[in-house]
This record gives sequence, C-alpha cells and structure tokens, in this order.
Amino acid sequence: MFKKILIANRGEIAVRVIRSCHSMGIKAVAIYSEADENAPHVKMADEAYLVGGPRVNESYLNVDKIIELAKEAKADAIHPGYGLLSENANFAKESKRNGITFIGPTPEVMEKMGSKIEARKTMEAAGVPIVPGNSTPLLHLEEAEIVAGQIGYPLMLKASAGGGGIGMQIIHDLDELRKAFSGNQKRATDFFRDGAMFIEKLVQNPRHIEIQILADHEGNTIFLGERECSIQRRHQKVVEEAPSPFLDEQNRKEMGETAVQAAKAIGYRNAGTVEFIMDENKNYYFLEMNTRLQVEHPITEEITGLDLVEQQIKIATGDALTLDQTDIELNGHAIEVRIYAEDPKTFFPSPGKITKFNIPTGEHIRHELAVEEESTVTPFYDPMIGKLIVKGKDREETIGNLVLALEDYEVEGIKTNIPVLLEILTHFEFKRGNTTTNFINDYLSHSKV
Amino acid sequence: MDVTSNMTGNVWKIVVSNGDKVTAGQEVAILESMKMEIPISAEVYGEVEEIIVNEGDFVNDGDVILKLK
Repeated sequence: MFKKILIANRGEIAVRVIRSCHSMGIKAVAIYSEADENAPHVKMADEAYLVGGPRVNESYLNVDKIIELAKEAKADAIHPGYGLLSENANFAKESKRNGITFIGPTPEVMEKMGSKIEARKTMEAAGVPIVPGNSTPLLHLEEAEIVAGQIGYPLMLKASAGGGGIGMQIIHDLDELRKAFSGNQKRATDFFRDGAMFIEKLVQNPRHIEIQILADHEGNTIFLGERECSIQRRHQKVVEEAPSPFLDEQNRKEMGETAVQAAKAIGYRNAGTVEFIMDENKNYYFLEMNTRLQVEHPITEEITGLDLVEQQIKIATGDALTLDQTDIELNGHAIEVRIYAEDPKTFFPSPGKITKFNIPTGEHIRHELAVEEESTVTPFYDPMIGKLIVKGKDREETIGNLVLALEDYEVEGIKTNIPVLLEILTHFEFKRGNTTTNFINDYLSHSKV
Repeated sequence: MDVTSNMTGNVWKIVVSNGDKVTAGQEVAILESMKMEIPISAEVYGEVEEIIVNEGDFVNDGDVILKLK
C-alpha cells in the first residue's frame, strides 16, 4: 500500500481525496497556487507545497513542477482528481517515468479516450452504439458541409479535444454551420491546441445517463449502476441523481454490460465512467468515456455504500477487486446539486468573499466543500464552491429532503445558484422525472443558456 | 466615456482597435472569469480613443477597459 499520495488538484475534490487517504492511513500531500494559500485542502493535508501563481497554467497545470514536488515530498502516487491534469496522458506518463504511480488508467487509454474521434472509432469497433456522425477529423468547412449534408440537420458540431462544453454547438442549417465552423475551430485551437472538429447527429430531447465502472489489473470489470445528469446549464451538469428515474432494471443491466464491454475493449483499469445519451425511445449512444473520478461520484457511493476513492487507490496498488457484479446492490436514491458562485438568472460568475456560510446538517445530508466562511472565491477557477448530496429511501423522499436542505443553505457575500436549484427541484416536471438536457431552457423562466 | 469591466477576471481578447467606431451594445472585449467568457459591450456609440488594458491582464470589477470619445 502507498505511504504517501500527492493530490494534484484543489477545491472540494482535493479535500475529498485527502479524506480517503487518511481513512486508509495514507499521508496526503497537497499542492496549492498563490490564490489558494488558505484553502481547506491545504489545511487538511499532512504537507502542502506552493506550486506557482494563481493561473492554472502557472500552478495546477504545471506538469514539471508538480512532478518535481511529488519527488521532493517522496510521494509514491499521484491522485489527479477531476478536471485539470486528470485526463492528461503526458502527466500520467511523466509520473510513471519518475517512478510515481498515477492513480488512473494507462496513458495510452487516456490518449485514446481523450480524442473524441478516436473514442468514437474504438467504441464502434467494440460494438458499442454511437451517435451517427463522422469518425475522421474535419479540418475544413468544405469537408464539414459534405458530412453535414449526409447526416442531416440539426446536428452537433464538436471539437475533438473538447470538454466542459467548450467548442460544442447545435447547428440547425448550412448557414449556421458556415457561421460557426471557423470560430469554433479557432476556439478549440486556442483552448486545446487541436482544431480537429467532428459532427454528430443531434439526438433530440436527450437524457444524459452515465455508467460508473471499476476495473482491476486482471481485467475484472464491474459496473456500479448509473447516474442521470441531464440537467445542465452551458453544457455543465447542475443536478445529478442515482438511479435514473427513466431506466428500468432491464435497461440498467443492458447499459451496464455495454459499459463493461467498452471498458474491456480498451483494456481499461481503475475507476471510469462511460457516458451515454438516451433519446425518448430509450435508444442510447456512447458519448465519451471519462478516465477519472467524476464530480458526481458521491451519489454512486451513497447508493452502493462504496468509497470510490478508496477503490481507486487499492486498484492502483495492484490489488484485485474484492467485489464482483453480484456484490453490487443499489439501495435507495441519492441526488447531488452543484453549488455554483454565479448569478442565478444569467449564470454569470460571482467571485467575491463569503461573509456568511451556514449549511444544513442531518444524517441524510452530505457536503463536499471547497470553501468555508471568510473564504474568497477567486475568478481563477471553476465556479463550483461545493456539492450537496442528499439521500432518501426513494426519489420522492430524496427530493423532499434536498429541498429542505437547500432552504437551509445560507451563503452571503457572493451570489449562488441555490434559487435556480430550488426552482428545478420543486418543478412538477422534475418531480415527474421529466429530466432532459433541455430542462432549464424548456421549463425555467431563464435567459437561454 | 469609459467602458468598464463588470467582473473580476482576465482580459481574454480585445476585439476592437484604436480609432474603431462602435455602436451601443457592441462587444469590445471578452473577459475570462471562472472558466467562462464574459463579453464586455460599449454602452454608447463612440470612437475608440484609448485601450487601457492588454490581453492577459487581470482586471477588477469597475476597472476601465477602454476609453471612447
């Protein structure tokens, strides 16, 4: 077992990983930027190292410096969290080259899944359903026009290297495609240094449903049920729940087995998530594979009773899974909401100092937090200040518990999205389980997002 | 007439040049804050007299981005 793990991340996920390290008797090393000197993850770690300036490329994305600090701290392993370097194959390679275990899959698998086009091809070959579209990169508008003509409108234009909704746009006709292509391509080049685009048919009124898997070095692979994360703003998730109100036992089993088949086809190791979109008729298609822990992993933990970070660490040490598929039982219901520092009407960021922070407690309430009272939310990072996870015996009870908890969640000094979360959770379409990715636009009185 | 930042963040792009004529509501710069692009628009018609900030600069809420005449 590892003696010391460096957490190459910040915010709530760094705190979350440190907690599992400590419960396993492993020392935790934090890294931090100049903007995060007083952050909770720094206080909680056994050791903490300043990595650089506030901007992510000076700090949390600085591969060389982080590896150097991991060596200085004599860490045996690195946990990358999510976002930042978590899906950077070069970081995984550099860790390995320096004799430090990267807690995740192999760099080769990360590379393959990091390119959306490559991932499409691989999944197609493995017999996993994919959205109709092109599987070769489009570099010129002329090529895009031809492919779009074959697939038909409306369609989704995406950056092959994209993520977090950047470089992604719904296109209704040729005129829109002509307007969007070069701008989106330039944006993709700026953000990801890769201007390859691709086109997929737009799945109408879809749901976003993902399967959590675990795989060990012997190839044992299991699935831990699904999470439905349909409710999004700006292509980022806002409310996530497990299980999905839309799936029955048969759908769950079939999608779970498809995800396992996908993971096996690429030689996947560690925890991972296979994301699917599902249409109104329950046709589902592979969207992407996230080769890391997800933001919303706690809802799976709540209904399976497992600690996914502990599982990741055990797998990374080379241990075989001690669970098989028959050991996985889903109990009750869990919903997570992401608390964002943003204007609830416009979704514009709201950095600033938190002057009051008073959060609800209770046995069915779990918090994952990046802030405390007196924390300053800086403009340098993602606006998520925390996650509230609530459990119940069924969906109805969980929604009720969550609404009560959110009503008691007090944040002052910055704006948060709590009003919009309450609006979602108390909406009758949400209660009916009518959760699609268009939910906010379709049902809420908001500016289009 | 000053065009000011309405948010703390980094100047990601300046989309006008000195001497450009801009109309009310026209986007003149893009800030980046919390991984989101925030457009900054001119509130009135005018000509760009001086651009105060550079791309990559850090600005606070209320800082002057550029001056119009």
